[in-house]
Amino acid sequence: MIAYIMCFVLFLVGLYGVITKRNLVKIAVSLSIMEISVFLFFALLGYIDGGVAPIVDPADPARVYVDPLPQALVLTAIVIGLATTSMLMAIIIRLYRKYGTFDIREIKNLRG
Amino acid sequence: MNQLVPLFVVIPLAGAFLIMILGRFFSELNKYLASAILLILAVFSIYSLVTTGENPALYKTGGWEPVNKIPIGIYMVMDGFTVIVLCIINIVGFLSVFYSISYIKRYTAENYYYSLFCLMVAGMNGVVLSGDLFNIFVFLEISVISAYALVAFGVEKNELEASFKYQVLGGIASFLILFGIGFIYWKTKTLNIADIRHVFSTGYNRTYYLFVEILILTGFGLKAAIIPFHAWLPDAHSSAPSPISAMLSGVLIKAAGIYVIIRLFFNMFIITENMAVLITTLGTLSMVIGVFLAIGQWDIKRLLAYHSISQMGYVVMSAGIGMILISRGIKPEIASLAVAGGIFHLVNHAVFKGLLFLNAGAIEYTIGTRDLREMGGLAKSMPATHATSFVASMSISGIPPFNGFFSKLIIIIAAVLAKFYLLAALAVIVSIITLASFLKFQRYAFFNNSDNNKNLNIKEVPFPMIFSMVVLSILCVFLSLLAIPAVRDVFLTPAINILTDTLKYSTSILGK
Repeated sequence: MIAYIMCFVLFLVGLYGVITKRNLVKIAVSLSIMEISVFLFFALLGYIDGGVAPIVDPADPARVYVDPLPQALVLTAIVIGLATTSMLMAIIIRLYRKYGTFDIREIKNLRG
Repeated sequence: MNQLVPLFVVIPLAGAFLIMILGRFFSELNKYLASAILLILAVFSIYSLVTTGENPALYKTGGWEPVNKIPIGIYMVMDGFTVIVLCIINIVGFLSVFYSISYIKRYTAENYYYSLFCLMVAGMNGVVLSGDLFNIFVFLEISVISAYALVAFGVEKNELEASFKYQVLGGIASFLILFGIGFIYWKTKTLNIADIRHVFSTGYNRTYYLFVEILILTGFGLKAAIIPFHAWLPDAHSSAPSPISAMLSGVLIKAAGIYVIIRLFFNMFIITENMAVLITTLGTLSMVIGVFLAIGQWDIKRLLAYHSISQMGYVVMSAGIGMILISRGIKPEIASLAVAGGIFHLVNHAVFKGLLFLNAGAIEYTIGTRDLREMGGLAKSMPATHATSFVASMSISGIPPFNGFFSKLIIIIAAVLAKFYLLAALAVIVSIITLASFLKFQRYAFFNNSDNNKNLNIKEVPFPMIFSMVVLSILCVFLSLLAIPAVRDVFLTPAINILTDTLKYSTSILGK
């Protein structure tokens, strides 16, 4: 149970970072922390105590296997996470070239 | 019929790569290839709209048949509601890409533009067709990542800032959705929407799923820009190139946000009255606050973006009224009426908001500004833009005989019949304020030429732009026909039945 709670705490740490940090790169890092916490949560979902890798052994039908589906989901989600992170970093680099700063307080053309 | 279902994803996905590869060798090919792809998809979607009746078409990816009636593969489902949203995605998509042929010449890197456009359409078609929760997430990310890139396509200060804001909020939304999916999988051990509903029917732990419902509602609410989550929308939609604004406002917030909310809360979760009231409240808030934020704007595209929030409020509110009535188990015919009004307004909004953004793009294309105070006297020099934008403005304000009037009328009648008099009154008031705001747009942009002689010698926009605008304005008039009961029975009723009869989706897919 403690692992699930830590997962949620990690999510909140990421959310806190996104809300309070003023450096664009730190915001991107906080988003990554949130992302990782969700991946951890998925990995935990598939874990079964004492389970082995899900390669079915016909000789031993009573064996306990871990759930393979969340692992597949996490792999897919990591690939998507890679795309979002690289997209975000590309935009941050472009923003730095235009504004010459990473400070979000100075990047405020749009309002109202 | 079933074989047609995956083509909606495969064709634009393949097209995106073909454009990138072939575009290097034939520089003029990209625009025609993208238009042809979207035209084919539009024809397919109209064909599906006509042929799909009450029975959902099912496609099992990879041919995995269910074991003991438990689905194990990824399902793609095409039912009455899906085909309606598919139609608006692909028709508005085709007209936007055709409009881009002239419009996008001012930007460099046209290959990337058309390629990202096809990817976005592939993602949206995938979200709408998917019958599997995680698959919805994957396609959602495909469509929004291309949308992030397209918002930043101008790579100037404003575009980059808007894209950054959109990405941060969109990222948080994605993680909330993923968290919600994880919680659902934890309890039900399945990801197929129909199967999840079947598991829910056997036992529904309200306190546990309340948390999940809130996560899912927040996540998709952020994607759909319902009011407490709306901060990114005016920036992103006003900074993107105009055909993309038309796609984002007209289609993306519906396909990636509203569609999924309506689908999941009607067909997957067991509707509880508290959630239904919460959704109705959020819808009403977006409707009212959106229009008040819109009225003070002088930038045309920001004004239109805030109106998108307000008009989506109508859709969410009427779907919420339907949910309240279904959760109480009373007056099913009024619930159907409310949902019908919501779906009808969703279709109408795609058409007239797409048209308005294309108009804004045409104005920006000719005079190079988006500020209403610097315009004036365009009525004589741009007759086609003027006429079409007049149709769209009257349509969004709810003036008969245009389509917006009939959908708003159905929503208001449903609210009155369900005895939500306050909501009905608010809907009327918001409609009047919308009219005021669009009269301002008409007056400042097209008349009012007392001191603006510099606009006298400008020309009308090129043919592809006029063609798209004229087709959309004709659609604005013809969609009113959906208010006629005989026409509604053919197109809207299958969608309403599958939503209001909440178990039908699950039973018709699982076959039990």
